[in-house]
Parts: sequence; C-alpha cells; structure tokens
Amino acid sequence: MTSIADAPENPLPVGRSRSRRGRGGVIGWLRANLFSSIPSTVISLLLIFLLAKACVSLLQWGFWNAIWSVPDNQTGACRAIRGLGACWAVIPEKFRFILFGTYPFDQQWRPAVATLTFVALFFVSSRRNWWRKELVLVWGAALVAIGLLMWGGVFGLPFVSQDRWGGLPVTLMLATFGLAVGFPLGIVVALGRRSKLPAIRSLCVLYVELIRGVPLISLLFMASVMFPLFMPDGVNIDKLLRAQIAFVLYAGAYLAEVIRGGLQAVPRGQHEAADALGLSYWKKNGLIILPQAIRHVIPPLVNTFIAFFKDTSLVLIIGIFDLLTTAKTAIIDPAWQSFSVEVYLFVGLIYFAFCFAMSRYSRRLEAQAGST
Amino acid sequence: MTASTPEPARRKRLRISLSHERLAGLFWQIVVVGIAIALVAWLWSNAAHNLSVRRISTGFAFLGREAGMPIADALLAYSPKNTYLRAFIVGVVNTLRVAVIGILLATVLGTLIGIARLSSNWLLSRLAAVYVEMLRNLPLLLQLLFWYVLMQGLPAARAAWMPIDGVFLSNRGLILPSIPIGEGNLWVMGAAAAGLIASYLLNRRLIAQQLRDGQPRRIWPYGLALVVGWPALVSWGLGVSWTIAMPELRGFNSVGGLTLTPEYFALLVALVTYTSAFIAEIVRSGIQAVHRGQWDAAMALGLRRSFALRHIVMPQALRVIIPPMTSQYLNLTKNSSLAVAVGYQDIVSIANTTLNQTGQAIEAIALIMLVFLTISLGISLFMNWYNARIALVER
Repeated sequence: MTSIADAPENPLPVGRSRSRRGRGGVIGWLRANLFSSIPSTVISLLLIFLLAKACVSLLQWGFWNAIWSVPDNQTGACRAIRGLGACWAVIPEKFRFILFGTYPFDQQWRPAVATLTFVALFFVSSRRNWWRKELVLVWGAALVAIGLLMWGGVFGLPFVSQDRWGGLPVTLMLATFGLAVGFPLGIVVALGRRSKLPAIRSLCVLYVELIRGVPLISLLFMASVMFPLFMPDGVNIDKLLRAQIAFVLYAGAYLAEVIRGGLQAVPRGQHEAADALGLSYWKKNGLIILPQAIRHVIPPLVNTFIAFFKDTSLVLIIGIFDLLTTAKTAIIDPAWQSFSVEVYLFVGLIYFAFCFAMSRYSRRLEAQAGST
Repeated sequence: MTASTPEPARRKRLRISLSHERLAGLFWQIVVVGIAIALVAWLWSNAAHNLSVRRISTGFAFLGREAGMPIADALLAYSPKNTYLRAFIVGVVNTLRVAVIGILLATVLGTLIGIARLSSNWLLSRLAAVYVEMLRNLPLLLQLLFWYVLMQGLPAARAAWMPIDGVFLSNRGLILPSIPIGEGNLWVMGAAAAGLIASYLLNRRLIAQQLRDGQPRRIWPYGLALVVGWPALVSWGLGVSWTIAMPELRGFNSVGGLTLTPEYFALLVALVTYTSAFIAEIVRSGIQAVHRGQWDAAMALGLRRSFALRHIVMPQALRVIIPPMTSQYLNLTKNSSLAVAVGYQDIVSIANTTLNQTGQAIEAIALIMLVFLTISLGISLFMNWYNARIALVER
C-alpha cells in the first residue's frame, strides 16, 4: 500500500480526464495524455527512450540482421550471427513438423483440414444467433468428421494410428474434447454440489476440491503412470486417451465451480416458480435454472476456456506430442539446436492468436451483458 | 380440484408424495454412493493385483531407504546418501522457496502494473495493457521454456554480464552480493521482528486512543525507533558485522555471494511475470470498483490524494481484490510444479524421480497431493483470515 502512495507520479483514476480529448488536435492530445504534468512528462520521456531502444534492438535482431533462408541445413551462417540476428530459416524448415508432428508427410493435408474444421467449429459456436439445438448436431458431425480424417481407414484414406498424431490438431483436440465432455460433467457436479442430498453433495465437494487442490501435472502423472495400474489385465488404453481423461476430469472440476457461481446468481423465485408448476427436478434445472445460470457466467466460462487451452501445453511433461512438444522436439536436430527462441516465438504466435481471439470475444460478451 | 374433493384424501396424497420424495432421495444417494464405492473397490483390486504381479511393494517404507538421487539446488544439507524422506523435505523446501518469493514479487509487480494501467499517462497505461495481454495469452510452460533458453544463451561465467557492481548474470545463473549470516545477525533480526510486533501493537493502541478523543497521533517516530533504532542498538552492542560479501569471478566460476541457479531463476521470472499480469487485472478492477463518489468525498474533505488512496480507496478496493488474489496465489503455487520441465528439483520433480526409481507411483503421487493440499489449505486459511479482517463491518 505504501508503495502506491509514495509513487512519484501518483497515477490515480481520479486524475483520469475524459473531457480533455478532442481539444486542439495532435498537440493538444499529446499535452493531455503524455505531458500533463512534470512527473508524467518525465515518465513519458523515459518510456519513449526505453521503447525506442528496445524497438531498435528488436528490429536489428528480427529483421536487419536476420537470415530468412539457408540452403539445405547449412546453418553455419545462422550460427555466425547468433545473438545478433534471428535465424528465421528454421521456421520454413520445421513448420510442417511443428504443426503436424510425425503425421505421414504426404497425408498432412488431413490434419490441416481437421484444424480448419476445429477453427470453423469455434467460429460457428461463438455466434449468438447460432446458439440453438442444431448446434449440438453440428458439433457431433464435425467431431466425427475430424476423427475420420485423422484416423482414416475409410474412403481410401490410409489408416494413421494416433501414435503418429501431433502438433496443433492434438492441442486443439485435447482442448475441445476436454471442454466438450468436461462441460456436461461440470454441470452435473455443480448441480450435485447444490443438491439437498448430503451424500451426493459431499461426493461432489470431494471431487472438486481434490482436483482443484493439486497441480495439473500431478493429474497428468496419474494418468500416465498410475492409470495403467488401476486397469484390469489386458486393458491397454492409449496414452493420448489417458491424458484426455485427465483433462476431462480437470475441466469438469473447474467448470463446475464457474457454473455453481451462475447457479447461485439465479433468484430463489425461479426455483419456487418452477416447483409451483410441478416440474420435475431435471425439467426444472434443464429448462428454467441452467439456461439462466449459464447466461450469467459466459464471460468467466470463456476465461476458463482460455486457461484450459493454455494448460493443454502441460502434456509436454508426459511426452505427448502437442504443439509445444513438437516445437521443442523440432530443435533437437543438431543443425538447428541453437535457434529455439525463434521456434518458441513462432509457436507463441499461434497460441496467442487463439487465446487473444477468445479474450477479445469474452470482453465483447461482457460489454454486451453490461449494456442490456 | 374442486371443493367437493374430500379433505383427508388430499392430505394423504400429500404425505405420500413427500415421503416419496424422501425415499427417492435416499434411493439415489444409495445408488450413487454404491457406484462410487464399487468403482473404487474395482480399481483398488486391479491395482493390488497389478502391483503383486509386477512385484512392486506398497507402503511408505521406501521413505527410509537411501535415495541415491542428486539434488543440485538444495537449500538444506543433502547428499544422495540421504533417505527419500530427506529428499522429499528438500523438495518441499524448494517448492516453498519458489512459491513464497514468487508470491511476494508477483504481488508487488502486479500491483504496480495494475496501477500503471489506470495512469493518466497514455503511454504508460498502453504499455501496461500490452504487458498484461501478452503474458496472459501465452501458456506459462512456453514462457518458462523461453526464459530458460534465454538464460542458457547468456554468456559463460567467465564473461558474465555485470549490470550493477557485484551482480553477475551468466549461463550459470544470477549471482548477487550477500551478507553472511551468523548468530549475531540472527539476534539482530530477532530484535527487528520484535520491534515490528511492538510497533504494530503500539499502532493499534494509538488508533484506539484516537478513536476515543479524536486527536491524531504520530506513529512513525516510535515505529522508526522500534524497527530501526532498537536493532541497530543491539547490533552495535553485540558488535555484529554486516559486511557484504561481493562475489568474484575466479576462473570458470565465481566465489562468494548468493547464487540463483538458471533453473530457479527462470522459474521465478516466469511465474512472477505470468502471475503479475493476472494480479494487475485484479488490482485494476478492484480500484475501479470503488465508486468515484468516494474520491470526490475525500477531495471535498480536503484530504491529500495519497491519504485518500491509502485510507479511503484501498481499504474498499481490497475487499474486491483479496478473494481473486487468493486464487492467484494458489495458482502460482500449483504452477511452480512446472519446475520439472526445466529440471529445478521441486517436490513434483523429486516425487517423479522417486516414482521412476521405486515404481511406487501411488505413494509418490499421494505425497505430491498431500503437500499441495496442505499448502493450498494454508494459503486459503491465511487469506480467509485476512479477508475476514478487512471485510465490511456493517453497522
């Protein structure tokens, strides 16, 4: 607290002036927003200086000194300018592996189409006027189509086992299936946590608190090491599927808490009215309570989706080939070993695009909710 | 139903439906609990069978055996000859070392950035916004790997960077000047802690007096005397030395000073910057949640801005800030388990090695869960206590 009060500039919301804008063009704007007082001027100048310096060195590294392509794996030129310039040549060389992992090279149009299908699915689901029952069918059809594309074995597509899947489709798959299955689970658990039946309530509390109390990594370890121990002889569940189960359980617990928040926001009168109409428990919740509850919590739900999307990268630790793992593997190649920064920036851009789109979307929903 | 319906029949039906509801509830509870128990029993019998087939022993007896695992970055004395139990304790200390320092730094950085976002200086608030958006929208693990790669790309220890005298940054980590702590130093620190507690109690008394007679009283001269003067006196009396040990480069390595390994440093930087972006948003929305009228009222009373921020706005903002802050602290602690990706040996990493060495997956993961549930519970209890303290007292 003292640090705020003693801060030289004392940047307070009260000092924020709304009326100054639009008075006197560029110079007026500059005076109002950058040089309104002596401390503000000092900060502006300092920031401009630092920003310029950072921009110059970034441009030098990223553009002027950068190498964009090298003839077949001859990275000597890149290594010579290490630290001074970026070696973007690693991206065209490795991007197929980073995006699609070890999927058969000539068949990589299939994961590419699957990725586009995912993106189209997200886009369609984000439109408010598309939120109707048919959307569930669209989801079902799209997921089946993605499964057929990835596995193949029909329509003349050669079969590709899931050991060879990798990269962006795996990341999207872990996130999408985790949320698609975790969401109904979350709803059931959230309802269970508010149930009047003590045994069901305590089971739900136990589940949510156990999952939320431990790091995701320990759940993934459990899925990769402990899960096979708990299965009967002869049952061998694929590693990707085991990780997927862990993600579903994880998403279910976090989504349940968000949905519970929404359930608490539904006024009592709605319950009483539904009871007065003589609706059964499931009809009451499915038709009256849940639609209102979920509408309340759409922005936090999207935030949970973002967090969950980022968390899928943790499968790196148990060795599943998602986008981050393929990126890390791509630079094991001795010729390209020292250019991990470039590769991480490339992958970071992909993650950022997805997360930033979602966060913009959530903000827009929030603004819409605030205006109505 | 018309009035002609006989009264007793209606009451009877009502009673039946009530008991029907209760019976149904009981029935469903028994079914669900039964399924849960059956599932656990089935998993357990499978596990028992598999463990016996694979000849993996059960129980926690392995904790007493020799670990044989090297730990590079141990705060406590440790050698591979020590037991697994000792290795676990070292791991817990390592986790706490990252989590506690990370929480402190992330809070400071996040608060500063949250305030910067509200600044009237356009450039400052924009930069803060860019910082927040960048860090929030990238996976923490990616950021961690990125920082670690950057650390490894630093010059070798021989040609270490020296931004300030005595601070070295190289691919061996960050080396800071330190003060060797002896018994005398501990006494002085104890005295300072006692002074801090005494001035806190004094502050409470003075506030109580002020509430009684309305006279403002100064705390800072007493505080200064208790927190600075008293330990200084003790230090002088005992003749404690506070010389700063400056690290020196000698050959390939450095001597003296405090060394933060690249793994620890990368993990700390990643956790602090990532969490600070979330904390900045919490602080910003907390301050914005305080009604403008509160500022106007404080100004109308002729209070200074810093005073108004500290005594009028912040106490109200904190009520909004604390609950989400708690969950960020919990997240930081849980995220510290990503250490395993860069090879910093925290509790998860050590449990994982143990698991690979002994095959006792259930026990190792149970220990991880125990540790994290305990830490989470501790943070929750502390923050709930703090939250209750600052909560609105309705009069």
